[in-house]
Amino acid sequence: MTSFLALLFRDIRLAVRAGGGAALALAFFAAVVTLVPLGVGADLRLLSRIAGGVLWVAAVLAALLSLDRLFQADYEDGSLDLIVLSPLQLEATAVAKIGAHWLATGLPLTALSALLAVLFDLSQAGTGALVLSLLIGTPAVSAIGAIGAALTLSIRRGGLILPLIVLPLLAPAVIFGSGAVLAAQDGLASGALYLLTAFSLLCVLLSPFAVAASVRLNLAT
Amino acid sequence: MTFSLDVEDLSCIRGQRALFRGLRFSVDAGRAVSLQGANGAGKTSLLRLLAGFLMPASGTIRLRTDGGDIEHAEDRGKFVGWFGHQDAVKPQLAVREQLAFFARLYGSGRNPDEAMRTFGLLPLAELPGQYLSAGQKRRLALARLQLCARPLWLLDEPLAALDTAGKKLVAQTIVAHCACGGIVVAATHEALGVACETLLLGDG
Repeated sequence: MTSFLALLFRDIRLAVRAGGGAALALAFFAAVVTLVPLGVGADLRLLSRIAGGVLWVAAVLAALLSLDRLFQADYEDGSLDLIVLSPLQLEATAVAKIGAHWLATGLPLTALSALLAVLFDLSQAGTGALVLSLLIGTPAVSAIGAIGAALTLSIRRGGLILPLIVLPLLAPAVIFGSGAVLAAQDGLASGALYLLTAFSLLCVLLSPFAVAASVRLNLAT
Repeated sequence: MTFSLDVEDLSCIRGQRALFRGLRFSVDAGRAVSLQGANGAGKTSLLRLLAGFLMPASGTIRLRTDGGDIEHAEDRGKFVGWFGHQDAVKPQLAVREQLAFFARLYGSGRNPDEAMRTFGLLPLAELPGQYLSAGQKRRLALARLQLCARPLWLLDEPLAALDTAGKKLVAQTIVAHCACGGIVVAATHEALGVACETLLLGDG
């Protein structure tokens, strides 16, 4: 457990320090989301309809921005070799890295989304659903993204391939997440949040094994 | 205490080229081996095989310990102290932070301050990694190696970028590690400065 926490806190520390990517992801998220109302125009009814979708897509893209360095940075400077040899199982290493990414990126994105929802004139119920769906769904983004990051860790400019691997896999999260927001705005009962929870749990549960296998594969070549 | 490394009939193929075949050697506790060979002879690959990162094309690597023989690569890795040719130094973290992290990650219970004192890093303790020179980064890596408290040390070019005092420090560290019953396998082009066996890779 000490090793697990050591890795978790180191990764959070690296993410929030200069060049870590956490602040960058937040700034990117805010910039993209702010740009949409400027581009679409001041049609508040239209804006509130697309709010869920826009915020979800922007959150996924912002999280991806800091994902490509999740393993690559440690791989390039040799830290990954030392982490692999540590008493920590590789699967637990994956959980620590996913957890650190979520705490440094997913959670702040979720908090910021409540503020940005004002730009879209999102109703109170809609904002609540948005924050809740992001809270449930962003762990899946970190988990799936970690698989992509582990697969591409030895590829130069792997950050460009990463979205191609990860985005199709994250389609369910975006569909259920934005669907839950729309349903809440219309006051409809919807199972979207339950499906999102199921999807997120499945991703978080299975991805450490896929991540560990990818890291082993990449180190062995 | 039994601790020894046995390598039998080890072959390594990298990119369809056989680096070495039928390699056989054993190292007992308290001994150091200097691994020599021309560029591309497979020194780093052999170290990565021993650490369990690479799988051998054939042959076995066996670690004899008190708890029985260990052949599985990932189990063997839990005995390895790795000192690669990369320094694994994070530019954003202070020297003390980096060492404290690895001491906790490896659960060694050793004191980072003591390791820093040994390797002359104490004045740099609060300095972020980005301001360290190449030699200081090597010293940091050496301090980390000692902190991790593993019995089988695999060193890749431990003398590179170090000054005379640093090289002497490497030799002292190796001697101290052997005296505690550890094993050292070091790939190097220079003389290590300690009494050790030499293993020559390649057709030399």
